[in-house]
Amino acid sequence: MSIQSELEFDAHLTEEAQQQVGGQVQGRTQWQLTWRRLRSDRVSMIALAVIVIMVLLAILAPAVAGLTHHSVNMAYPVQGENEDGNPVGPGVNGFILGTDSTGRDLLVRVLYGARISLFVGIFTTLIATVLGVSIGLIAGYFGGVIDTLLARFTDAVLAFPYIVLALALAAVYGPSLTIIVVMITFFSWAGIARIVRGQTLSIKEKEYVEAARSLGAGPFRIMFFDILPNLLAPVLVIATLYIPNAVVFEATLSYLGLGVQAPTPSWGNMLSDAQNFYQVAWWYLVFPAAALLITTLAFNLLGDGIRDAMDPRTEKLIAARRLRRRLTRRTINKGNKEALGGVVAGGTAADESGKRG
Amino acid sequence: MATANGTDDNVLVRVENVVKHFPVKAGGFFRHTVGQVHAVDDVSLVIERGKTLGLVGETGSGKSTLARCVAGLIPVTAGKVFLNGTNISELSRGAMRPLRREVQMIFQDPYSSLNPRRRVGAIIGDPFAIHKTATGAERKRMVQELMERVGLNPEHFNRFPAEFSGGQRQRIGVARALALRPKLIICDEPVSALDVSIQAQVLNLLADLQTEYGLSYLFIAHDLEVVRHVSDKVAVMYLGRIGEAAPADSLYRQPRHPYTVALLSAAPAADPDAAAARQRVILAGDVPSPIDPPAGCRFHPRCPKAQEICGRVEPPLVTHDDLGPAAGPPAGWGPADPAGAGVPGIPGGETHVTACHFPVVPGETLASARTPAIAAEREPA
Repeated sequence: MSIQSELEFDAHLTEEAQQQVGGQVQGRTQWQLTWRRLRSDRVSMIALAVIVIMVLLAILAPAVAGLTHHSVNMAYPVQGENEDGNPVGPGVNGFILGTDSTGRDLLVRVLYGARISLFVGIFTTLIATVLGVSIGLIAGYFGGVIDTLLARFTDAVLAFPYIVLALALAAVYGPSLTIIVVMITFFSWAGIARIVRGQTLSIKEKEYVEAARSLGAGPFRIMFFDILPNLLAPVLVIATLYIPNAVVFEATLSYLGLGVQAPTPSWGNMLSDAQNFYQVAWWYLVFPAAALLITTLAFNLLGDGIRDAMDPRTEKLIAARRLRRRLTRRTINKGNKEALGGVVAGGTAADESGKRG
Repeated sequence: MATANGTDDNVLVRVENVVKHFPVKAGGFFRHTVGQVHAVDDVSLVIERGKTLGLVGETGSGKSTLARCVAGLIPVTAGKVFLNGTNISELSRGAMRPLRREVQMIFQDPYSSLNPRRRVGAIIGDPFAIHKTATGAERKRMVQELMERVGLNPEHFNRFPAEFSGGQRQRIGVARALALRPKLIICDEPVSALDVSIQAQVLNLLADLQTEYGLSYLFIAHDLEVVRHVSDKVAVMYLGRIGEAAPADSLYRQPRHPYTVALLSAAPAADPDAAAARQRVILAGDVPSPIDPPAGCRFHPRCPKAQEICGRVEPPLVTHDDLGPAAGPPAGWGPADPAGAGVPGIPGGETHVTACHFPVVPGETLASARTPAIAAEREPA
């Protein structure tokens, strides 16, 4: 066994022990623990990376447009269309992902579409979360008539056929991004409010809430300091899972022609246009659809990962996995050392295991 | 009976005929009240300055509800609660706020009484934050002083409750209750969730703090030995009423209410010889529903001594000081024949008062006194 890796391992254990007993102890917050667990979950980390890349690409969309020298709404009838007037495929004439029906650069348009999708997804979820948490907290904490009114209103919103309302609103006010944001927010807060209300009902019976009351804390102080911190975990999970919902919702509305209007690109209206061309230009359908799929999948997987990471019951599971991995790695180290006779391989693997722990 | 008149300076809290009913609701959308839980029914008591009033009773006897009424946490249905001469049961939330400093609580469960998401420093510092008495570095210093006073390492103010043991957590609860220098601390079964060895530590801490700060305690427990250890006066509750109350010595030496006798006989004794020698009174049946409490004496359906009158007439809380060590109850004993006894008294005072038509006399054997008629009546047919 590599002496160096053994030393590294011991040092790592000591460090952990020191964190637990000696010296100036800083209690690990729940968030630190969650992050530690999340970090060891490969799927979540990949999903997080995908989301970060997606967001960066969306932010950098104009830069990409600059690099390709293709403006987002500019049609290139000469380079961007073949003799039949159909879109050209990926890689042809400098169009990395090909062109769309009017000879515009598909890559640039998909990236600009990401801006809309991510903006709508994150922005509406933020508003919906703030709204839902406030309403759920107030309904759950005060109870009585306030609760009955708010809870019934929430039920009514959840029972509403959203496509019908979207059609009606778009017909009256004309389709626009504002309508989309209002619509999605209106239909998202209710689910969060319902969960928050349920949690509040159970948390407010806890003795520490009564303790705060006996100290003379007012209702809003109790809601903010005593109940809200205990709600953040489920709210964070549900918010992460609401983002892909909102993204799909926006795509659906745009696909139906009720959302983002041409020539502004959105994954939904691109898909709607692409369905007429799928026989001659597969890329036109595949790339926007793939972008939509990857984004929603990444958010969903990350949400699942956060939920698992916040659940203390998964701690043991992950610890067991980590231990198994560490043992495997040490066995490999041994093999490497024998095969290569080098300290380098052992050292790097040990470094990695040190970082992981 | 200087303490019984309530105008006395020795009295910190005076509870007068407090009633607390909780409505029982049924139905989903159109909820309506179908009954009342009689959690506390017409209870009066006093808590003297610097003294401890122990409150014992089974689960559901209304101890905790009474405590919450005294703390002003829940409004009373009827009656009055005087704190330092102020009737707090009539105060608005805002007017109550400054008085909250005077009464603090220590809770039973050291796990659920501390917010798991907040650091200990924030939890103990909460009273200062809420009453805006100290901020920043001063608050931290005061928090650390408190932690030191209750036997915690002041360096640990940055930790979360989950990093402490049960006993340490209860000390955190004590520190929080102590922060505003209250006059009364209501201890709602403060040690029943703790190890026996830790119980003693926490009880000793409470005793030390009482001497140091002149605190009064309303000490709720179902462990009779613990109550005996800490209390100056003891009141026994059953189904929302006080059945018997007396200075601790008197109550434990000479229990007069059959329920108290049963309760004391049920407590485990550490000495096996004593345990074998004493007489056990085993009560039949369960505590009746507080939604529909029995008429007359609340204890009569389970009482080994119950007579016809017990189901009709509510016995008043009166003294029975003339009861000598007779072999059995005096003939015709009851409210119709007070014979020098029957002076009303208020629980928490110096007198030994019992709400019973046929109080137990010293040396009486209870288990054999049960009449078959009452036992048959108790059967649910």
